[in-house]
Order: sequence, then structure tokens, then C-alpha cells
Amino acid sequence: MSLVESFRDTLRAAHAKGTPLSIRGGGSKSFYGRPATGSEFSVAEYTGIIDYSPTELVISAHAGTPLSELEAALANENQMLPFEPPHFGPGATLGGTIACGFSGPRRPYAGAARDHVLGITCLNGRGEALRFGGQVMKNVAGYDISRTLTGSLGTLAVMLDITIKVLPRPETERTLSREMTSEQALQLLNRWAGQPLPLSAGCYFDGRLMVRLSGFEQGVRAAAEQLGGDEPDAAGGFWEDLREHRLPFFQDDRPLWRLSVPPAAALPALEGEELIDWGGAQRWLRTEQPATTLREATAGAGGHATRFRGGDRDDVFHPLDPALKALHQRLKASFDPAGILNPGRMYSEF
Amino acid sequence: MSDTNIIDLLRQRLPSECVLSEAEDLRPYECDGLSAYRRLPMVVVIPQTLEQVQTTLKLCAQKAVAVVARGAGTGLSGGALPLSDGVLLSMARFNRILEIDTANRCARVQPGVTNLSISKAAAPHGLYYAPDPSSQIACSIGGNVAENAGGVHCLKYGLTVHNIQKIEVLTIDGEHLTIGSQALDSPGYDLLALMTGSEGLLGVITEITVKLLPLPETAQVVLAAFTSVEAAGAAVTATIAGGIIPAGLELLDNPAIRAVEQFVHAGYPEDAAAILLCELDGTDADVATQIERVSAVFRAAGATELRVSRDEQERQRFWAGRKAAFPAMGRLSPDYYCMDGTIPRKHLARVLAEIDRLSTEYGLPICNVFHAGDGNLHPLILYDANQPGELERTEELGGKILELCVAVGGTITGEHGVGLEKINQMCVQFNTEELTQLHAVKHAFDPQGLLNPGKAIPTLHRCAEFGAMHVHRGQLPHPELERF
Repeated sequence: MSLVESFRDTLRAAHAKGTPLSIRGGGSKSFYGRPATGSEFSVAEYTGIIDYSPTELVISAHAGTPLSELEAALANENQMLPFEPPHFGPGATLGGTIACGFSGPRRPYAGAARDHVLGITCLNGRGEALRFGGQVMKNVAGYDISRTLTGSLGTLAVMLDITIKVLPRPETERTLSREMTSEQALQLLNRWAGQPLPLSAGCYFDGRLMVRLSGFEQGVRAAAEQLGGDEPDAAGGFWEDLREHRLPFFQDDRPLWRLSVPPAAALPALEGEELIDWGGAQRWLRTEQPATTLREATAGAGGHATRFRGGDRDDVFHPLDPALKALHQRLKASFDPAGILNPGRMYSEF
Repeated sequence: MSDTNIIDLLRQRLPSECVLSEAEDLRPYECDGLSAYRRLPMVVVIPQTLEQVQTTLKLCAQKAVAVVARGAGTGLSGGALPLSDGVLLSMARFNRILEIDTANRCARVQPGVTNLSISKAAAPHGLYYAPDPSSQIACSIGGNVAENAGGVHCLKYGLTVHNIQKIEVLTIDGEHLTIGSQALDSPGYDLLALMTGSEGLLGVITEITVKLLPLPETAQVVLAAFTSVEAAGAAVTATIAGGIIPAGLELLDNPAIRAVEQFVHAGYPEDAAAILLCELDGTDADVATQIERVSAVFRAAGATELRVSRDEQERQRFWAGRKAAFPAMGRLSPDYYCMDGTIPRKHLARVLAEIDRLSTEYGLPICNVFHAGDGNLHPLILYDANQPGELERTEELGGKILELCVAVGGTITGEHGVGLEKINQMCVQFNTEELTQLHAVKHAFDPQGLLNPGKAIPTLHRCAEFGAMHVHRGQLPHPELERF
């Protein structure tokens, strides 16, 4: 029996009995979301790159494929995953990355994980094998289910095969750094993002603005001259440490909050330590402040707050308004009527 | 019962100028951009306020009357074709740009605003809205979201789904939902992606926040001529292999070149088997680098002629031909039918050869003008609707072309949507379980099935009639069945 057939049989049996399953890839992101309940359902063995045509800018792989294997194959052809996903551990898989919908520092300038997902083959909660999207960049046949599955934390379907749009690696990258206040940094980051500059990351931490420029040699050089600032040593490592939460900022026992806000938003003063990423659109906060304070502050600015690591793991994601929550429940039921797939991982109600 | 009094109910609750039911008033709404399909709606509602949209939807839900939402009516797949027993809901009066937020680089607009007017309003701030469907002067942003519209610059800047941040939606029950936000993501499922391209089947969009990008410093076009379509296709592949993502990369074959030249005199080489138009944008330095590299790649791929636009005027002239391609066909032939399949580019030569063979088999000329960079084909079938049976033959040929796209791992529609036009081919692209799941998703939004019923997702019954359900994906069906 093939692995997919055994997955399908497990799902059909769980569907029939209403047995909750906890889907698991490499386990590198098990800290994220609400706690898993149900018996472990591992897709880690379902590995391998199915098809990679560099000139099509498309790669397809099974969900359990290690992210590092995928990235190595791309690097061989001088290409990359444009959304620069964090691994958060050596076991990170493609499936886990897409299920969490995580994107790294390049996100505001190159797009998110969901922007690069072209197609997904999956098993829904009835154990039916379904394919949505495909291997081409333009495809509007049927609802965009593959993007809807991205970031759904495995609550709608078990992903089997994932097709991703990839891009050439930039010819050159340079990092510039400058001391300033966070207000000045937000202002500059947003002003620059409104200009035709080859920005690929923008972060503020510890009194310094850090920006990364990526592209062709001449264009990056011209932009670096225009923007000015110091060029720190080993700057490439900085962006990787930021992406993987290895900077000293992240080594702290207080809960880590992720505030996702409009990039130029001015938030009310919040207690704790802040690191600004995504050109202002993603603000990390180490704080003991209550969830309600953080959620009011971010919602007031047009964003939302996620308890990313630590603290009360039952209350992780920003509450949905009642109409949206009801729609989420109906949508969940349309994929997984028995509620067996990662129940409660995102919200307690489904 | 219900159908007969919905008009009276609408008249009671809405200002008289918002409700049209006389045949001559309904006529302008009988079709969208796919004019081969025409049908008069029972009644047209043109609301001016959100409350009026809500009232209309609530009445329709109560009375179980179907609703077809309409933007500018420029769609090419019959998505806005009315129902004779349904309400046609025109969002044309929602035509205001509400806010341009320069700090966060986004614009809040009503759904009836035209695509191009957003970029015009953003231009003084050095910003623009990237997706540029060829109908951008007329098409509405609401329709763009409903269809997930693309355009010439998708290769580098993405489709509508990549360029919107938030939408306000009314459900069929008149319930208001805010989907997405001005932040880069939102809690819960990605309903923004689900709604984009849902062809009016899930909700009615009442407001949109679009992302604005900085206007590039420079844009230039390289025009290259080739002695075969295959060589031009190989040049496209080599460009991307060389690490360059052009802002636009379009291919015209010889019949298209000649038709365009007669019409607009864009200066295209009429003896070329194919030309590529490759637009490069960015900073001055980056554009210079890319032009140098693309020119080298094209030369190595056998380009017989290379021209680089020297100024904005010449760039516009190079594009004028591409943009006039469809009207140029209109001069060659009484009617033309535009297809919209997408294929993995590596199969380009094989697919074009097969299209050529089908063209001969059906005795209908085909011109090819398409987005070569992303494999989105737009074969134009030339026909004469006044010749008995020719439209039917054209539709059958079109269906074959779309099935060919699916067979090589592509899709039946890259950017025009399924609508009514490609509904039978959906049965080729999706199996029973997949279609059932798509219907279940619709049911989660619209349990009575009142929003644009009969479009985009075929019923299983329809697929059974079409005779494609038994066909395994990847194999071409040969049903000799009539469509409609």
C-alpha cells in the first residue's frame, strides 16, 4: 500500500469515528498555535521533489520534504523561495511551512508564502484526494483553494503535494545600517518603500535601522549611494538570525507577540521590548502585558496581534468577529465535517 | 409567487431610479464582454448606497431570487450574463476613490472605479496599481477582484490577488464582512484569496483596498524578431534562465503581426514568424543592465532583428500594436473568439503546433497573441457568426484548445475566468470530488445558491451531460456533444 493510500485510510477511519488527528511534519513549529490534540498523524515520511524546472520558475514537492532539501535544490540553480521562510528548527518541512504560512524578512517586498503557492494536492477530512491550482502562474479556474489552505494550520486538509513559484536569486545583496529612533526608522522605511528602490528587507532593532538591497550590481550600488549608512560585517548572517529568531532580542523568557499592522502605523506606547521587521508591518514585542491591551492597540491601528511564543497557549490568535467566525466554522465543516483535522489548533471552536 | 413580486418589493424599498424593468432599459445589461451570449435580466438594480445593496440582497434571499453582480461589463467569459428570472445588480454607481494612503501605499476605492483611474489618482504621489488588464480604461476594480484579473505585467507584479489588501463584502443575507486588512496578513483563513476570482458566487464586494507600488524610474521595451515561433519561445526560456524577470514579455505570431501592422503601423517586421516584446523596468541602472543581457540572450536565440525603445514615445508605439491586436482582428474577420488557457511554457512549441493543426482541421484561422512569460495563451479564432454553424464550430474548436491546455498540465483559464463560457471545460479540469468540494465552499457562503448560480463551477449533472466526468485528467476527451 502506498503512503498516500495509508494516509487516506487513516483519514477515512478517523472521519467515520470522529477521531481527532494532530498532523505533524518535522515538528519544528509545534510551538506555534494552540496546543495539538488528537493522535499524531505524521506526514514526515512523504518526502521528495516531484518536479523542478528552473526555467519555468516552478518547483513541486511532497509535503514532508525538508525545507533545507528544497532550498538546496533551488540554490543549485541559483534560485530561491522568494518569501524567505523561517525554518525554526532543523526538521522544517515544506508542508509545515505552508500550513503555517510563514514568511521571512523579504515578505513586504517580494510577497508572502501564499503569494507563491500555485497548487496543492491534499486530502480533505473525508479522505478525498483533491487537487487545486496547478503548475502555472496564471490560473483562475475554480476557487483559489490552494492559497486558502496556506496558513490554515492543517485545519482544512492534509497537504500532500505543493507547487511553488520560485525566483532567481538576486545577483548581489548589500546591507546598510544607521542609528536613529524608531519613529525616524518607520518614517524612512515607508518613504523608501514608496520609491523605486531595490529594497528586500527593512528592520529596526536596538537603536539601528537595517535595510537590505537586492538586485543587479549597478542598481544596488546606485541605491546604496543614495541611501547611505554603514555596511556592517557579516550582514548576511544578520538577516538569517532575524528570520530564525536567533538574535539576542528573541532570547528572553517573556511571551513573544507578533503585531501585524499597516507598515506606517503609530502604535500607542506598549510595555516591553520591540523589534520592527517587514519595513514596519511586523513588530515583535517581548512583553508581559495582557492580551486585551495588545489586541486593542493593534486593532485600533488596523492590525492584529498573535501570541507567537510562550504565555497562555489557549489564547493565541486575534479573536474573529462573530460573522467571520461563523463563516470560518462553516468553511471548516465543508472540508472536514467530522472536525478531525487539527481541531482547536487555530481557534477553540473549530 | 416570489418571482412576480420581487420587482414590486424592490420598487417599494428603493428609489425609483435604482430599479429598471422595462425591456429597453434592460437591453444594455443583456451581455458582458462575451457578446455571443445574451439574455435579458428580469430586473436591474443600480444601487447608490450600501444600504440599498443590503436591502436588495436581503429581499433576494427572502424571496429566493438569484442575483448576478456586475461591474463594468467588460468580462470575457459571460460571468455577468444575467438570469431571466434573476436580479442584475449593477455596482456602477459605486465609482469613488475614497482614500489614497501614501504612507502605507494603498488606496481605498469603491468597486465601480475603473482600474486605470486608480493609477491616475496615485500617479501624483509616485505610485500606481500594478495589474493592468487590457481593458483597464473601462473595467472596474470590483470586476477585477471577482475575476482575479491579470494583464501584461503579471509576470513580475502578480495578479489581482497579489495586489489587494482588504475588501468589504456583503453576503447574500446582507451581512457585512471585512476580509483582509491594511496589515500584510489577517487572523484566520485567507478569505481574501478565496474571494478573489470567485466570480460573484460568494459575496458582493462593496469596497476594496488595493496595494500601490512605486512607479518605476524607467521602462524600456526590447522588440525582437524571430524566424520561428519555437525560436521566440526558446528566447523566453533563456531570458528567465538568465535570471531576468521582465515586467512584461509578449509574443505575437505572424498572422497577428500582419493584422496589427495593417491596423496601427506599429513598425513591426511583417516578415517575422514571431516577435517578442520585452519590457524591462526599474531604476535607470537596472534597466540598462537588463537591456544589455536580454539583447544578448535574444541574439543568441537567433533574433533576426533587435530594437530597443529610445524614448517613452517609441515604447508606447511598440506597445500600441500589442494593445490593438484584438481590434485589429475585428478588421480581419467579422467575429473573433478569444481563448485564455495557460500552459507550462516548456510545452509551448507542442501546443502551438497542435493549435495550428486544429485550426486547419476546423477550417478556422487562428492568430496567437499572448503573455509568453507566464504561458498564458490567447489564441484568437476568426469566424463569421452569420455563417450557419460557424459559432458552434468555433466554440468546439475553442473547447479543444482548452482541453489541450489541461492535458499538458495547464489550465482552462489564466485570467478571464470560467463564467458560463468555460463551464464545460471545468469538468475536464476537475473531478467529481473536487467539484463537490468547490460546491461545499459556495454553500458555506451562500447556502441557497443565489449568487451567480450556473457560473464558474458546473453541477455534477452538467458534467455528466457534457460527458467528461469519466475522462481521466490528462487525456483528451472527444465528445461530439453540442454546447448549449
